[in-house]
Amino acid sequence: MKNRAWLFLLPALLLVALSALIPIMTVVNYSIHNLVPGSIAEFYGLGNFTEVLQDEFFMGAISRQFLFTFQVLLLEIPLGLFIATLLPKMRSKGLTISFILLGIPLLIPWNVVGIVWRVFTRSDLGVATAVLNKLGYNYLVTERAIDAWMTVLIMDVWHWTPLVVLLCYAGLQTIPAPYYQAARIDGASRWATFFYVTLPRLRYVLIIAVLLRAIDSFNIYAEPYMITGGGPGSTTTFMNIYTSSQTIEAFDMGYGAAMSLIYLFIVVVMCYVLYTLMLQIGQGGKNK
Amino acid sequence: MSKIELVNICHAYDVTSCSNLPDKQVLEDDYVIKDMNLSWEDGSANALLGPSGCGKTTILNIISGLLTPSYGKILLDGRDVTRQGPEERRIAQIFQFPVVYDTISVYANLAFPLKNAGMKKRFIRDRVEEIADILDLSHLLSTSSGKITQAEKQKVSLGRGIVREDTAAILLDEPLTVIDPKEKYILRRKLKEVQKKLAITMIYVTHDQHEALTFADSVSVNRAGEIIQTGSPAELHAEPADPFIGYFIGSPGMNLLDCSLKDQRFVFRDFTYPISAEMAKKLNGTIDRCSFGIRPEFINPAGADQAGAVTMEVDIIERLGAYKILTLSRGDTRLQSRVPDSFSVEEGDSVAVSFPEEHVKLFANERRVY
Repeated sequence: MKNRAWLFLLPALLLVALSALIPIMTVVNYSIHNLVPGSIAEFYGLGNFTEVLQDEFFMGAISRQFLFTFQVLLLEIPLGLFIATLLPKMRSKGLTISFILLGIPLLIPWNVVGIVWRVFTRSDLGVATAVLNKLGYNYLVTERAIDAWMTVLIMDVWHWTPLVVLLCYAGLQTIPAPYYQAARIDGASRWATFFYVTLPRLRYVLIIAVLLRAIDSFNIYAEPYMITGGGPGSTTTFMNIYTSSQTIEAFDMGYGAAMSLIYLFIVVVMCYVLYTLMLQIGQGGKNK
Repeated sequence: MSKIELVNICHAYDVTSCSNLPDKQVLEDDYVIKDMNLSWEDGSANALLGPSGCGKTTILNIISGLLTPSYGKILLDGRDVTRQGPEERRIAQIFQFPVVYDTISVYANLAFPLKNAGMKKRFIRDRVEEIADILDLSHLLSTSSGKITQAEKQKVSLGRGIVREDTAAILLDEPLTVIDPKEKYILRRKLKEVQKKLAITMIYVTHDQHEALTFADSVSVNRAGEIIQTGSPAELHAEPADPFIGYFIGSPGMNLLDCSLKDQRFVFRDFTYPISAEMAKKLNGTIDRCSFGIRPEFINPAGADQAGAVTMEVDIIERLGAYKILTLSRGDTRLQSRVPDSFSVEEGDSVAVSFPEEHVKLFANERRVY
């Protein structure tokens, strides 16, 4: 019997079911019920979804989230690529030191990163505050929205650009030397070499970097939560912060579940669009 | 188009520059290129032939300027260009793996060096179309260069080399390695054709004697960073400077037997053969142990009337149309002989073999001594 072969898939299926399918289906189940603590769950249809989509705080969180992710990609990808091209050659002491320095932000747990930056930017004893005030800028992370936003953004650039650097550096190592030699012989400028050799050869690495950073920045939670708590007001309240505040703090499980599903949908669509877009970029010319 | 000369080129990857010619032992131990002197005439088709890892690619990189030699000079038309970069030398290089800028069209690829040199748009268009015509790439001009075959890509990279009118020379580094066998032949013809048509100096590096001999008018054989011999394919065939060339060039390669000289006779493992008084006089006292080389086409298996002819058995007969190859043996000694197809012989026959003295080559210490 051919079907018996499916038994081999069972362990993997079980694992996926336990880790993903069952939780997601539970969320789907929650999302179509009205769950108020202390009373019996009642079926609510798509009510939660319509409420979420009419929630202006939710819409605010989404637009903020898109803006944030957009800015993160705009800063981290070029910066990461730039730093990667500056790194020293393979098997040198300089490279080891660079890797250690680059690794530090990546190795620190996210909430610790948040705490570090919270202390760093405190108005009473924060170094950042002290320096900025000395420079004549009245830095108020807890009061001024732009300060809070920039702090979270710069924190994310500090935290995650090293990942892009490492990915790009690995990608750069795979470009065969003759490509650069040919460019030199053809008299290409540094910019032309970068544009016609480096960038196209790094295409797939950059796709991975963009996707990873897009997904991760969409999931940002611990750091802004520790630094600003989503404030002042709701100016740094991103999707995750809002979702969890509605679900856990306000304890509206059905509402939170609906929000999570919309959130998931957005992330999947966004990744799909980014992926297909990036695959097409730089293919150039007509098909044969 | 230029004449290229290498003067005392020495190179070691860990020595950036040295002021004096390193001495022999140092060269032998540490250097990949050992005091190389070569010149390639303007507009000639040349090959650099040698086994893998003998420093062929290093020489090419030194000529094109991608690498500065530890010692020595490179002259282009007598001008010292040793310290110049590749773009100044105007020497193009074709690599083993076709290098194209694969996000842009074939047209943009061919136009690339001209654009970098700041040429006018009109001129670029005319020149690219002309080159595309020579290389049979006209129908592909608007195609993305990422979407063409390897052979076409290799033609594009050749095109980028010849598109500049002031290109001094083209270096080809085993350009047919990754090309489909069917297209190899066509591309090889194309290379030769372009070389003839544009009378451009080309240096073709390969380990394939067939490619080298069919492409080049002058072949330099390289081994372990040294040029052993330079000459036309015919010269290399007739007058090999060392047993390696004798065996490497020709098909089948030269027969090489260990021998010693004693009492005016060649003493082989399984037989002896007389030396003429004249030859013995020439060799007198110069060598005692050597390699005895003779090409299969010069072995005479019908030499019963010759003094000292050796009786050998015919083991194998391979018929190759106009001629056949006999494998002859006596004891543990084996020789190959190429004879016309009309020569009548059966496997298992005994033949009297003689070695016409004018075709005998003797090698001692890897060098030809006679």
